Amino acid sequence: MTQAIDVSHVSKVYRRYARRRQFATLKSALLSGSLIRDLAPDETFAALDDVTVSVPAGRTLGVIGRNGSGKSTLLKLVAGITKPTRGTVRVQGRISALIELGAGFHPEISGRENVFINGIMLGLSKREIAKRFDEIVDFAELKDFIDAPVKTYSSGMYMRLGFAVAINVDPDVLLVDEVLAVGDESFTHKCLDKFAEFKRRGKTILLVTHALGLVERFCDDALWLDAGHVRGAGDPKRIVGAYITDVETTEEQHLAAADAKAQEGKSTEPADMFQAAEGRWGSREVEITSVTLTGEDGQAGHVFQSGERLDVRIALHAAQPVEDFVIGVGVFNAEGVCCYGTNTNLEELTPERLSGDAEATFSISALDLVEGTYKLDVGVHKIDGYPYDYHRLLYTFRVKSRMKDVGIYRPPHAWRFAGAISFKRTT
Amino acid sequence: MFHNLARLLRHRGLIQSLVARELKARYRGSVLGFFWSFFNPLLLLLVYSFIFKYVMPAKAEGAEPYALFMFCGILPWTWFSSSLTESAGVLIAGSNLIKKVLFPAEILPIVTVLANMIHFLLGLPILAAFLIWYRAPLTAGELLWFPIIVFVQLEFTIALALVLSALTVHFRDIRDILANLLTLWFFATPIIYPYFNAPPFAKKFLNLNPFSHLAISYQEVLFFPGPFGHWKWLLALGVASAFFFVLAYFVFDRLRDTFAEEV
Repeated sequence: MTQAIDVSHVSKVYRRYARRRQFATLKSALLSGSLIRDLAPDETFAALDDVTVSVPAGRTLGVIGRNGSGKSTLLKLVAGITKPTRGTVRVQGRISALIELGAGFHPEISGRENVFINGIMLGLSKREIAKRFDEIVDFAELKDFIDAPVKTYSSGMYMRLGFAVAINVDPDVLLVDEVLAVGDESFTHKCLDKFAEFKRRGKTILLVTHALGLVERFCDDALWLDAGHVRGAGDPKRIVGAYITDVETTEEQHLAAADAKAQEGKSTEPADMFQAAEGRWGSREVEITSVTLTGEDGQAGHVFQSGERLDVRIALHAAQPVEDFVIGVGVFNAEGVCCYGTNTNLEELTPERLSGDAEATFSISALDLVEGTYKLDVGVHKIDGYPYDYHRLLYTFRVKSRMKDVGIYRPPHAWRFAGAISFKRTT
Repeated sequence: MFHNLARLLRHRGLIQSLVARELKARYRGSVLGFFWSFFNPLLLLLVYSFIFKYVMPAKAEGAEPYALFMFCGILPWTWFSSSLTESAGVLIAGSNLIKKVLFPAEILPIVTVLANMIHFLLGLPILAAFLIWYRAPLTAGELLWFPIIVFVQLEFTIALALVLSALTVHFRDIRDILANLLTLWFFATPIIYPYFNAPPFAKKFLNLNPFSHLAISYQEVLFFPGPFGHWKWLLALGVASAFFFVLAYFVFDRLRDTFAEEV
């Protein structure tokens, strides 16, 4: 199969200048005779480093990665806007790049004139634009405003017109950079329909996006860039999965660092338990020495999938034996709403004796929380409330979910249908 | 590079519509619109006539009426200087196009020069009216040279605009230097004084100034009687400008890849 886009061992090195260079002017450069020296970069920065990727004609490639991983640089290289420092980029056919919509619009003149000029800039002839003009205006939903100067347009109108022109260039290779993020729901759908039509007609699409669902649903292949390197390429589901795992690992580290910081601070018992910020208080006759969260795999962590098992393991130490103790756990969401709270006393466990080292595990068999960040209260106290050791909101964990449902918790549920109703099978 | 030059020809349509846009946008919102292209040179001529007739009467030997003489030089100079001033900033102003769209950057300075040329051409009817009013000694044979002079100036201006626009991306203060340089250049060109009135030592320097030859050519063709004697200089400038244009395009082409990162 012919390659529509062929990027081979491409590196793109940007120059970074020290402060001296920023204020350098021709005058000062000439006066100090440092013209040549000032033009030499002080430091270089590789936005892309030895990246090789090819897209066969008619396929759709989704490029994912964190901010600053080189996605947009790759797109600009393929578009030909910048040239690679090393390596080669080859593209077959007419390119249209949706990098910034309406980039060439002139605010003072009418939408109609801008459509023509923008179209010519993108490589159409006047006649071709005249032929597609109605289609463009229809798509942009701007029939009543097409003769008004573009400066009077709302940002949405501006963007729609830009998109409508760019998409009607009828390119062989379409490059899309995150432009879908800006439109309203219905316009986004329209754009996606247009992309789907492109795919059907065998055009090649390169899509840079943070919408991972879109990559999974829409792309034939995915490319994961990380700090200028290719971290993975191939089946979208697999690549997106690997990317999500990696993001979780990083979040994990951030949360662990935040927890360590929170547990360092000490505070006294607050007047009102339910308004208290995070902190730790108590007499320490019984001490909570550690709290670990473990997931399905038994590994300690901070990020869990919704519906999976979660164990809260509380390590306790009592210097003197105690006979009056209650162990409690509370789960709070990011807004501070208590999602669930319980303790051994409420669950009618009568304390007998606690001495030396012990461990209590609060085990949730299915973590039916919606996606979000949650905090944990863990405490040991007497039945009358006298605290031994209370850890208020000191443990943070994230719940990830593929389903974007809302609310506080997800009751176990199922849909059932009867009668003349059916759903398409999703892949 | 020659590949890119050839591509420039294919962009005729784009250049055409961008020039049209430039002109439309300039007058959008003004009451008189395009008439300003006529009125501006007219007002300029009236101001100069008034000043040099009544305020500080100028005695330029052999260049009477003086206001008309000066007008023949100032009109092309305005085209030249505003082209350069505008094209110095044109790549930075068009950074959106250069960074976000695959766009041949050289079109921007060229469009600037051409749009200013249209203004120049629109000012010509006013000039013609005054030439006729003052019964200037126009002959058809001399007037045939006029388009050639315009073409040589166009060539020269575009070449300079290309270099300036490309260098300004890297050295922003060219824009400020340029304003002063152009003022100096204006006085170093026989526009407000006739060339033959300059002292002999100065003539040597005036001959080194390319725009001198353009100004003298305009004046000889439009203002002074007698055959057009400066044609050799004009053609030499035309050939030199052609080389200069190729050189300028080469410089521009070499710097092209840096634009998207620097503007």
